[in-house]
Amino acid sequence: MSLLKEVTSLVRKEILLEWRFKYAINGILLYVVSTVFVCYQAFKSVDPTTWNALFWIILLFASVNAINKSFVQESPSRQLYYYTVASARAVILSKISYNMLIMLLLSALAYLVYSIIFQNPLGDPGLYFVVVVLGSIGFAAVFTMVSGISAKAGNNSTLMAILSFPIVIPLLLVLIKVSKNAMDGLDRSISLDEILVLLAINVITVAISLVLFPYLWRD
Amino acid sequence: MKNYWWKILAILLLLYSIIMGLLGHVPALPIVHETIRNVYFHVPMWFTMFTLYIISVVYSIKYLSSSNPQYDLVAVESVNVGIVFCVFGLVSGMLWANFTWGDPWPNDPKLNGSAIATLMYLAYLVLRNALEEEQKRARISAIYNVFAFPIMIVLMYILPKTTDSLHPGSGGNSGFGQFDLDGSMKAVLYPASLGWILLGTWLMTLRFRIRKLEYQNDIRVD
Repeated sequence: MSLLKEVTSLVRKEILLEWRFKYAINGILLYVVSTVFVCYQAFKSVDPTTWNALFWIILLFASVNAINKSFVQESPSRQLYYYTVASARAVILSKISYNMLIMLLLSALAYLVYSIIFQNPLGDPGLYFVVVVLGSIGFAAVFTMVSGISAKAGNNSTLMAILSFPIVIPLLLVLIKVSKNAMDGLDRSISLDEILVLLAINVITVAISLVLFPYLWRD
Repeated sequence: MKNYWWKILAILLLLYSIIMGLLGHVPALPIVHETIRNVYFHVPMWFTMFTLYIISVVYSIKYLSSSNPQYDLVAVESVNVGIVFCVFGLVSGMLWANFTWGDPWPNDPKLNGSAIATLMYLAYLVLRNALEEEQKRARISAIYNVFAFPIMIVLMYILPKTTDSLHPGSGGNSGFGQFDLDGSMKAVLYPASLGWILLGTWLMTLRFRIRKLEYQNDIRVD
């Protein structure tokens, strides 16, 4: 079976499992909406810089909680089954792509609810949306690998947070900078360098995950 | 003499750099004045830390490809000693910043980056404590170490170059080279860096040998 075929069937399996139970996805979507409401009640109105930072913090915590679960549901016997039918690269690629899909849904919802409740004029909504998409893909790539590591170490959420937050900070800093540019409606050519940096971080993270996951997987 | 000549060299280089660093000629500059001598102590700490982290990631990769437990011990002891040098670098930098920039912790990307990178390596040590089984601990922490290393480079060396920074050589500031017209500072800085790097490696090998003895002792008891 080719790698692409393995990945697509594994992703389809993930989506099917999620669709049957709907527990995780509904839980995390509700989590985002409640967090936005908590922030709204606490802040009432915010200035543009805080608006931007708050949005990324909400998204950061939501994505940690969403992706933390990605290796928990896999029992050791099911892992053994994957081991016999698919390659390690296919497993990590399918997890990353599935988490990217989840994150895209999650961030689209968060963006929608957040901008309806906290009204804030955006200078360049198109660019802001591109940054949100790139950011959610980057979060998915980083957190999937770290959740694999923390799942091997007994999977407590403290470990997930301390392992992933320092790693995600460079990504977060670039995201906040570019999205601020988009908010202020600066010319798109100014943000081009940062968007390339974002793309580079995403590609590097996925590449390192592909190299390292085979070592992580075998017990 | 064959094996420990570099330890003698480390001591001689450090003696030379301390004496020449405190007594030698330095260019007279506004704002920094005589604190410019701190460059002989502050900068080598970061070189040493970086060298130790490189040793650590190299041995983590070697561990993943060979599963030899000694490589894992080298990797963890390099991180332990590297964190100590990072703390020294931060403290010497804070003293210097308090004098020249008027604040021990100005909002500078290089300071924040190195503090976050330290959090990452502390997380590596916590991850090791969370895993009980020896081989699993070695393998999983090696994976995290390799995963974190490129991020450390981005945090400490790439992001500060692109944003505004108070440090020389970043954010459009000129490097230190242009003040050092006759090369007299380089004549102290380079030997000092080499001396501290050798000292850091020496400390690491000492700690590694203690760990190795403990490890062999455990096996014998079992």
